[in-house]
Amino acid sequence: MLSDRLPTEGIRKKFNITKKSSGQKVVALAGNPNTGKSTIFNALTGLRQHTGNWPGKTVIQTRGTFSYGGSSYILVDLPGTYSLLASSADEQAARDFLCFAQPDATVAVADATCLERNLNLVLQVMEITSRVVVCVNLIDEARRKKISIDLEELSAQLGVPVVATAARSGLGIAELKERIHQVAFGKLTTNPRRLVYDPEIEEAVSCLEHSLKALIPPGVNSRWLSLRILEGDRTVLDAMREYSSKISYGREPAVETGHCPAGSRA
Amino acid sequence: MKQDTALPDRVLDPAGDGIIRDRVVRTIYSHAEYIAARTVKPADTRRVDWDGKIDDILTSRWLGFPVMMALLGAVIWLTVAGANVPSELIASALFRVQDWLAGLFVRAGLPSWAEGFFVHGVYRTLAWVVSVMLPPMAIFFPLFTLLEDLGYLPRVAFNLDNFFKRAGAHGKQSLTMSMGFGCNAAGVIACRIIESPRERIIAILTNVFVPCNGRFPTLITLSSVFMGGMAATAYGVAAAAAAVAGMVLAGLWVTLVTSRVLSKTLLRGMPSSFTLELPPYRKPQVGRILVRSIMDRTVFVLGRAVTVAAPAGGIVWLLANIRVGEMSVIGLLAGTLEPFGRALGLDGHILTAFILGLPANEIVLPILIMSYLSTGSMASLDSLEALRVLLVEDHGWTWITALCTMLFSLLHFPCATTLLTIRQETKSLKWTLTAALIPLAAACLVCFTVAQAARALGLC
Repeated sequence: MLSDRLPTEGIRKKFNITKKSSGQKVVALAGNPNTGKSTIFNALTGLRQHTGNWPGKTVIQTRGTFSYGGSSYILVDLPGTYSLLASSADEQAARDFLCFAQPDATVAVADATCLERNLNLVLQVMEITSRVVVCVNLIDEARRKKISIDLEELSAQLGVPVVATAARSGLGIAELKERIHQVAFGKLTTNPRRLVYDPEIEEAVSCLEHSLKALIPPGVNSRWLSLRILEGDRTVLDAMREYSSKISYGREPAVETGHCPAGSRA
Repeated sequence: MKQDTALPDRVLDPAGDGIIRDRVVRTIYSHAEYIAARTVKPADTRRVDWDGKIDDILTSRWLGFPVMMALLGAVIWLTVAGANVPSELIASALFRVQDWLAGLFVRAGLPSWAEGFFVHGVYRTLAWVVSVMLPPMAIFFPLFTLLEDLGYLPRVAFNLDNFFKRAGAHGKQSLTMSMGFGCNAAGVIACRIIESPRERIIAILTNVFVPCNGRFPTLITLSSVFMGGMAATAYGVAAAAAAVAGMVLAGLWVTLVTSRVLSKTLLRGMPSSFTLELPPYRKPQVGRILVRSIMDRTVFVLGRAVTVAAPAGGIVWLLANIRVGEMSVIGLLAGTLEPFGRALGLDGHILTAFILGLPANEIVLPILIMSYLSTGSMASLDSLEALRVLLVEDHGWTWITALCTMLFSLLHFPCATTLLTIRQETKSLKWTLTAALIPLAAACLVCFTVAQAARALGLC
């Protein structure tokens, strides 16, 4: 009853996500292109899939459902992107969903054969949401190439659970489901690695964040939004208008700087 | 105090110098580097990096292009060589059914127009579409999906990137063109991967220059008859395949020229850059390729062709058999278009077939044949030889007629499905019309030039 009135449900509806029951969890699937993301998606959902468009964008949205441990999950396949910083339609769709629809868990898929490149996106995902499971896919290919990955250390460094998978053969999918379950139901608390920027940026972010909090729905990551505003990303302001009822349409959100100590600068 | 008011301006300035983003990105990358250094033990560097070595060849300055041409040639050669025999087998089987059906109609005492409409109109067109389209598609699609699965397509994009950039278009356009081989409507939808609206429109407007599945069989059939001497010998098959490959290259060339003209006139602007990742080569999953290419592509495209061909066959039969005075409706149409057709190296019937074939390119050749048959003497057509006799001996085709028909097929306006898709994707009537008119103009221009040059040189 109560959960239906949470504002997040309203925002999720704007992303074409409607729960069948209040207990159903929403899981996002993020990752670089060519990491076998859709193979993971297929392995998790089987044939229970629907395709549509991301609202207002000519980007394909694929959704599916799966059950695990007696609960049901809606899995949303985000567009494959290399970052969440620039502003192509794909990247906007992915980051708006992560930021405003607040999925109960997010699977960040990384290619084991070029992990470093993929970690950039994983870190950006973790910066928006803490409920992350990292899926190191194509582990069989990495092993064949004699690349070895210390999964325990990776999990310790990132502060979130890490699962190695070879989605083509189904390896690791059961464990991935278990981890999604644990994170989505809060049975496993993550402690994501925090990216700390230059003192100047940090100072500007903290004062922006202060005035931003009143303007955004509860739970939405104000630190991440502040960083994007600081970078001068206008598309993020559009997204705030779209998904926050507290900002009326057509008005620039007023970002006050009264809280900032004199002398601070970007 | 001055600094306090300075902050919001700076903060909300999208034209800012990007210093903050640079710093943010640098921090993220340094974290990724730090973590990777502690968790990844890279492969033994003495091991041979096969992917890198293969890429050095496939994307090299000198070998990249020849290898690409060789692969294209090989795929088309296999398609032409393999499609011939099954095509004739299917055709003779289906036309035997036609005779049986006609007998059934007669025995049931149905009027002769019913037999004409259903058997000679609907059924014969269906039989043609299936026998001409199915074998090449069943060979081409699995081969194409194999290249896709191996990871070759991004290499094609890499090789062609420079050409597209110089034409003022987006490098990803080569990927949307690849999709166009299956179906131009699918290619137009694939243009969504291009973010810049300007370059996306260019890619949409030029996608039709890739011969889709509806036109591939037309190109293959005509090259087999005219360039390959019925593709009866190995040399003939090679010549026919070379002609089809030449058509694909001509399409690519027209795409580049049109893109360049568009980006200098209607869609002025600079090409945007993008990151193209060359994914590792992967072992193809043969079973999945077969299922995917046969089920998703072959059956889908054939199903669409059949649904359009059945009613279109009936309608064209009516047009060919309803008489106004001495002439059939189709004959009248063809007569009116005759001078235009001649100027383009075609004739009135061919032009009529292209216009009536607007719903789907698959039915252009069946319409043409039916329209010829309504004025000619032959009753059925079940082999390439019969087609040759109909075209050359009854209707005076030369190889220039065939070449112009192939060029017109390659370049003319997109089919109705593609136009509707363009309307949906651009949400603009103006661009939809442009998408029909540019190819039409290109087709007329090229065919006119070829026909007049051939005449001037006394080649026909």
